[in-house]
Amino acid sequence: MTIFAILLLAGGTYALRAAGPSLAGRIAPSARVRWLLSVAAAVLLCALVATSALTSGHGFAGWARPAGVLAGGVLAVRRAPFLAAVVVAVATTATLRLLGVS
Amino acid sequence: MRSVWRTEARRGLAWPRPVFYALDRRLLRAIGLVVLADGVVGVSFGAIAVSGGQPAWVPLVMSSAVFAGGAQFAALYIVLGGGAPAAAALAGLVLNARLLPFGFAVADVLDRGWPARLLGSHLVVDESVAFALAERDPARRRAVFWTCGAALFVVWNLGTALGVLAGRAVGNPDALGLDAASPMVLLALVLPALREPAVRWAALTGAAIALAATPFLPGGLPVLLALAGLAAVAMPLPGGRGRRGRPKAGAEGQA
Repeated sequence: MTIFAILLLAGGTYALRAAGPSLAGRIAPSARVRWLLSVAAAVLLCALVATSALTSGHGFAGWARPAGVLAGGVLAVRRAPFLAAVVVAVATTATLRLLGVS
Repeated sequence: MRSVWRTEARRGLAWPRPVFYALDRRLLRAIGLVVLADGVVGVSFGAIAVSGGQPAWVPLVMSSAVFAGGAQFAALYIVLGGGAPAAAALAGLVLNARLLPFGFAVADVLDRGWPARLLGSHLVVDESVAFALAERDPARRRAVFWTCGAALFVVWNLGTALGVLAGRAVGNPDALGLDAASPMVLLALVLPALREPAVRWAALTGAAIALAATPFLPGGLPVLLALAGLAAVAMPLPGGRGRRGRPKAGAEGQA
């Protein structure tokens, strides 16, 4: 990795992050646009959940990780505490791997 | 969006509190857990980088200047696999493109003058955005965003340094099941928003699109394609039925 590549990645990433906060004050988006932006964030977060739970690279991630997220997800849907949901997800995945399920 | 942590509503407490410390212990514990899990991933990032033959400054500078786990790993793996550094940087930028809409979604949190914007922009990461979106009260949004973002930054960098020091001694964090933590955290934080049918449709459509595209597109792009799911909520407007602007209580965290 070269310092140039790292700075390119860092600078570009910062620009992506800062664009919203620095432009939002000037544009003053309407209530509907602001609503759409928050829905957009929820849509992106959900897509991140789906892809990071189920896939790794271009393929299926194996059963252990999605099973863990499913177990924790069921708890979360049933309004279990956040902590419990995350701990159950991690423990389920780790246990399955220990048992030889990838 | 409603809080994932319902202590307040359940107890019906309304004592006056300082604006900044609008965070109850449960929320702080939740943030602590997320930060801890990410810290372990940071350790593995530092360890993988140096045991792959990168000089120590590479993971250290990346973790502080880039501060985006997914993009850092993607760029690192490309370089370790013999790819060009410029290609690694581009792949990382594609992965980070989602931070652009995230920045708009939390812009209200960073409206207190340019020093806050300058510094706070760097703390826009999946977790800090998800925590902020799960809160409706502006003071809580602000507090949770800054607390989560700053704690993550510190622990992510400490973790990376620890990994650099430990090098090859660090095992694979996947054995601990930690790869399930990140999707689980984001899921728990986004769930309240999904209680609103329009948001749920958009999100499920988007997630399906992202999954279908994953085998064919480079990392990061499938997640961006999920934005097409927005059409599911954006379309009905001209008909005038329902959701116009929707400034009332709903899934929005007044972006």
